[in-house]
Amino acid sequence: MIDLSMSRPAETHPRGIAWGRLALRFSLYLFLGLFALYYLMPLFVMVTTSLKSLEEIRTGSLISLPREVTFEAWRTAWSGACTGIQCEGLKPYFWNSILIAVPGVAISTLLGALNGYVIAQWRFRGSNLIFSLMLFGCFIPFQVVLLPMARVLGEMGLAGSISGLIFVHVIYGLGFTTLFFRNYYVTIPNELVKAAKVDGAGFVRIFWSIFLPLSLPIIVVTVIWQFTQIWNDFLFGVSFSQAGTQPVTVALNNIVNSTTGVKEYNVDMAAAIIAALPTLLVYVVAGKYFIRGLTAGSVKG
Amino acid sequence: MAPILDIKNLHKSYGSVEILKDINVSIDPGDFLVLVGPSGCGKSTLLNCIAGLEPITGGTLSIGGRDMADVTPKDRDIAMVFQSYALYPTMTVAKNITFGMKVRGVDAATQDRKLQEVAQQLQIEPLLNRRPGQLSGGQRQRVAMGRALVRDPKLFLFDEPLSNLDAKLRVEMRSEIKKLHQNLGASMVYVTHDQIEAMTLATKIVVMKGGVIQQIGTPSEIYNTPANLFVADFMGSPAMNLIPAKTRKNGAGTILEITRADGAPLQLTDTRNQDLPNDVLLGLRPEDIAEAGFRAGASVQEAECLVEMVEPAGADTYVTSHLGGAQVTARLHAETSALAGKPLSLAFDLAKVSYFEPNSGMRLN
Repeated sequence: MIDLSMSRPAETHPRGIAWGRLALRFSLYLFLGLFALYYLMPLFVMVTTSLKSLEEIRTGSLISLPREVTFEAWRTAWSGACTGIQCEGLKPYFWNSILIAVPGVAISTLLGALNGYVIAQWRFRGSNLIFSLMLFGCFIPFQVVLLPMARVLGEMGLAGSISGLIFVHVIYGLGFTTLFFRNYYVTIPNELVKAAKVDGAGFVRIFWSIFLPLSLPIIVVTVIWQFTQIWNDFLFGVSFSQAGTQPVTVALNNIVNSTTGVKEYNVDMAAAIIAALPTLLVYVVAGKYFIRGLTAGSVKG
Repeated sequence: MAPILDIKNLHKSYGSVEILKDINVSIDPGDFLVLVGPSGCGKSTLLNCIAGLEPITGGTLSIGGRDMADVTPKDRDIAMVFQSYALYPTMTVAKNITFGMKVRGVDAATQDRKLQEVAQQLQIEPLLNRRPGQLSGGQRQRVAMGRALVRDPKLFLFDEPLSNLDAKLRVEMRSEIKKLHQNLGASMVYVTHDQIEAMTLATKIVVMKGGVIQQIGTPSEIYNTPANLFVADFMGSPAMNLIPAKTRKNGAGTILEITRADGAPLQLTDTRNQDLPNDVLLGLRPEDIAEAGFRAGASVQEAECLVEMVEPAGADTYVTSHLGGAQVTARLHAETSALAGKPLSLAFDLAKVSYFEPNSGMRLN
C-alpha cells in the first residue's frame, strides 16, 4: 500500500501540509472506490439478475436487488437449459471443458518447461532460430490456422474429439509456455548445469532434480495463463468440436442464442457466471503467485 | 612417476575463432597447477576442456594416463568448484554435498559417513540442514569445496573460487585451500587472474595470454626469471621495473647506460652478463632497489636519483622515480628519510636482473 505519511516525521511540517496530506489520501481512496464500483457493476447486475424470477426481471429495474431470491435460474442453467435440441443445461459441457483444459494445461506446461530448459541451458546450433520461430507462433491469429488445423485433425483421425481439442490447445500454447520458461531459466547461472554434469547427472536428472524444483513461480504463471486461455477459448471450441464434445463456452453461446420466445435473462446470467467461475477461482487462489512469478527474476543462492 | 594430467598440442576454437593454441602442460600427482592470466586469455576455457564441459578441437588430453577424448565429465573422476559456487538452490547443504553420490547410486550409509567426514573437515556441521540462500559467501564457498571433497577425485578443478569473496575472506580461504592441498596431497588445477593467489598456492604456474602459454614454471622461476615482458609485467605487485638501457662492453663486464631527464646518465656495471645487444630493457623488481647503505654485496651499485613520490605502505615504503623515460619503483624500509622532490641515493642490486629484447619482448639472460 502507498503510505504517504511515512516519508517524514509528523512534527517537522506545519499543520496545513498535514491537512493537505489527509485530503490527498481521502481523494485517493474515493477515486479507487469509484473505480472498483464501476468495474463491479456488471458483475452485480449479473448476480442479482440470476437470482430473480422472470416475472420480477420484467417488472423491476435492472439494478435493484431481488425482492425474492430464487435459485431456480441457476438450477436450470446447470442442468435444464436447452442448447439447441438437447435440454441438459451446462453440466455435460462444463465437464467437457475440464477434460480439455486439465490435460491441455498440464501437457503444454510440461513441454514448455522442457523446451525452455533446452533453449536456455543446453544451447545448440540454431537454438535461437527455433526459439524465434516458436515466438512467432504466439503472434499468429487463431483464424489463420483454422482450415489447416481442421485438415490436420482430420488426417490424424482426431476431428471433433476431445483429444483433438487438447492437441490444438497444446500446439497453440507451446509458444507462450516456452517463452515463459525460457525467460525464467535463462536467469539461472549455467554453472549449475556444469556442476551437475560433473556430479554425474544427465539431461533428465538435472531438469527433474534441479530446474523443476526452482520453477514453482513460473509454473503458477504458466498454469494460470494456459488455463484461462483454454477455458475461455470459443473459436477452436466451436470449430473443432461436434455434438457431445463442445466446451462450456460454446454451450453458453447456444443457450443464449437458441432460446425461443421470452428471453430468460436470469438463466443466461447464471450460465455465464457458471462458465466464468473456474478462471475466477484460479485467480483468487493463485493470483498472488501470478504477480510474484511475473516479477521474479534471478534465483538467489 | 606418470603424470596425472597430460595435455599435448591442445587446440580449441569456436568456429573460426581460436581460443587456445597448442597447449602443452603436464603435472605430476600432488601438484598444484595454477593457470593465471588476464581475463579472456583462455584459462577458464582450458579448465572446462579438462573437465570435459567443452570439447577440444585438436590434440590430446589424458587424466591418470587415460585418454579423455570420448569421456564425459561424470566419468573423468574429477571434481570442480565454480566461481559462483553453483550450489543447487532448492537443496539443503547436506543434499548438495551428497547429490553426486546419490546420482551415482552410492548406498545411504556410505553417503552419510562421507558427508560427516567432509562436514567435520570443513567445519560446516551446523549448516547441513540450511539452504544455500541462508549462507554467507564464505560458508557457500566451504559447501562448494565440500561437494568436491566428498567425491575424492583424481583431480580437483577450481575456477576462480575466491573472486566473489571480500579481501579478508579471500586471504583466509586461500590459506585454507593451501592447507587442504598439503593435507590431502591431492592434484589440483586452479584458475585465477590474481597473481598473488597464483604465487602463494601453486607448485607450478602456467601464465597465459591470448590463448598461448607464455611460461610454465615454479613460482620462483616465474617470479625471478620471467620468460618475456608480459610475464615480467603481469606477475608481482608492484610490477617489475622495466628500464630502457644502452649497453657497452668494458673489459670484465657490461656497462649499462640509462638516460635521465635531469643531469648525467646513470651508469651501472654488470660483471656477470656478457654479450648483450646494444639496446635492452633492464628488469629489476622493486625489492632489488633499496636505500643506499641498506644493501651490500658485489652486485650492488649506488646512484643518486630524484624522488618523485613517496608511498608508505606500513611494512615498506614505495618510492618512485624516473629513469630512462620509465617510471621506477623502489621498495624501501618503512623508516626511510626519502622526501618527494629531493634526491636520494639508491642501491641497485643486479644479482637478479633480467634483460629483455625491447622489440620481441623475449628474455635475453
